[in-house]
Amino acid sequence: MTVRLLHCAAAVSALSVLAIFGFLLWFSLPVFQGGALAALFSWHWRPMQGEFGILPMIAGSLCLALPTMLIAFPVALGLCAFIHGMGPAWAARPLIGMVRFMTSIPTVVYGLVSVFLLVPLLRSSLSGSGFSWLAAMLTLSLLVLPTIVLILDNQFRMIQSEIGLGALALGLTPAQQLLRLTLPLSSRGLLMAAALGFGRAIGDTLIPLMLAGNAPLLPHSLLDSIRTLTSHIALVVATDSQSAAYSSLFACGLILFIASFLVNLGLHDLRNVRRKGHD
Amino acid sequence: MTSKSSFIDKTAMAGSWLSTLLTMAVPAVLLAFLLHRSMPAWSVSLFFGETPPLDAMLHGEPVFDGIWPACVGTVALVALSTLIAIPLGVASGIYLAEYAHGRLGTLFSFCVDMLAGIPSVLIGLFGFSLLLLIRKTVAPDANTGLLLSALCLAILVLPYLVSTTRMSIAGLPSELRLTGASLGLSHNQVVGRILLPSAMPGIFSGVILAIGRAAEDTAVILLTGAVANAGTPGSLTGNYEALPFFIFYLSAEHQSPEELAQAFAAALVLLCLTGVMLGFARLLQARLDQKWKTGHLN
Repeated sequence: MTVRLLHCAAAVSALSVLAIFGFLLWFSLPVFQGGALAALFSWHWRPMQGEFGILPMIAGSLCLALPTMLIAFPVALGLCAFIHGMGPAWAARPLIGMVRFMTSIPTVVYGLVSVFLLVPLLRSSLSGSGFSWLAAMLTLSLLVLPTIVLILDNQFRMIQSEIGLGALALGLTPAQQLLRLTLPLSSRGLLMAAALGFGRAIGDTLIPLMLAGNAPLLPHSLLDSIRTLTSHIALVVATDSQSAAYSSLFACGLILFIASFLVNLGLHDLRNVRRKGHD
Repeated sequence: MTSKSSFIDKTAMAGSWLSTLLTMAVPAVLLAFLLHRSMPAWSVSLFFGETPPLDAMLHGEPVFDGIWPACVGTVALVALSTLIAIPLGVASGIYLAEYAHGRLGTLFSFCVDMLAGIPSVLIGLFGFSLLLLIRKTVAPDANTGLLLSALCLAILVLPYLVSTTRMSIAGLPSELRLTGASLGLSHNQVVGRILLPSAMPGIFSGVILAIGRAAEDTAVILLTGAVANAGTPGSLTGNYEALPFFIFYLSAEHQSPEELAQAFAAALVLLCLTGVMLGFARLLQARLDQKWKTGHLN
């Protein structure tokens, strides 16, 4: 009896993800009928003229998530290297504590501080309004950084507990052990951290919404305004424009869902390969 | 060592120091900036405006120009969503740790991992489409509100509860299982009487993390019913105010420097809340780990 209840609970938890997918698919169905699909994949989002192209938003999401990872990943790796051998040993615990604290900072707080600290800085030192691709990219890197660091830390710790004694016996310094042994051995952990970080970067709504300016155009410079899929969804629902926009809205949702599904599939494979490798 | 590899060593060392210093500066700057900008707002009227605090708290007097309604909204939201998510999440975690086998188990855990990776705006969109469905079928004049948001937030925090519960049970020493079996307990009894009580601190830490997550998320409530001026929440289906939405709204729509200072103060309040939640969760996890390392059973 109890077991059956537990089984039901697990089924409900698992099914909720399918329910989300089902709803997105059902409500975006009108897009796949007739010639609507070609109209969807156009570069023009002009709801007033009945044009609902979402290509600028897809490009915006990618333009934001990929460079964000290019900033966040090396910094996270550097910080993790510092914790595991490049820096003094006493610094490790407080640093990890600080990174944990960073995970608990609400996204909206990052957004608020950036709007009133980073944006005016960009506005006065460079040009334009400051609400730009660059501002969103920098803030988003801070947001995904702790996620990456914690996964890398886990991985490094696991590997160092396996090879630590051997490396000591060979007379390697902690820094050498990290560079020559731990790092080359943790390729899978690096990939997992990158995948999870990318998932977070592409899925975040608030940072692009508050900082990127939200013009549905392809950016030409770092100071241009961009609009991501996530902030597009938030904007269209909030402004409650005509219901014709809705089906393209759910198509955006579907694309995001598929993106995070692919990321998870990759992670799943990485975990499985690792499990087999350890047997 | 050749000169080339010592060059790599030095570059790596420099990069590592640089990124550490950079990252360390971020929370410091963030806190300092929040403190500095929220300074003008710290007083009783930050929370209650012109309304006497006791009247607002006990008699439900409406509060204008204060963050009290947003605080109450956030508490109501967190309470409702955890009420939905805790039973479901903990039960699923127990199932996945102890009863799930074979393909079904793999499928379930993949789905839960997937749920953890879904952008929160999609969960908000799910809530919104649920509302569209309800409008089409049973209640044509249904609108966004507290209950809808709570349901969506429950889905958002569900994976945290499932995975912490599962990890805490799976991380218990195998001696516990063996002891139970050697005493002649059935598997269900081992789970219910030995494993579950032992894993309690870990499960509780998951609950606290879920509370923190539900309190800070903005994307979901943005799509499902948070508004700027609703007063303290009066019904389950009405709109409400919440702290993260209040901060988000004022960052773009503030009318005066005083309002902006209030937004910074609200951000600091929210940050304290999530920070304290994290601290508690870490404490409980550390206690769970410590308990089994030193071998004391109680």
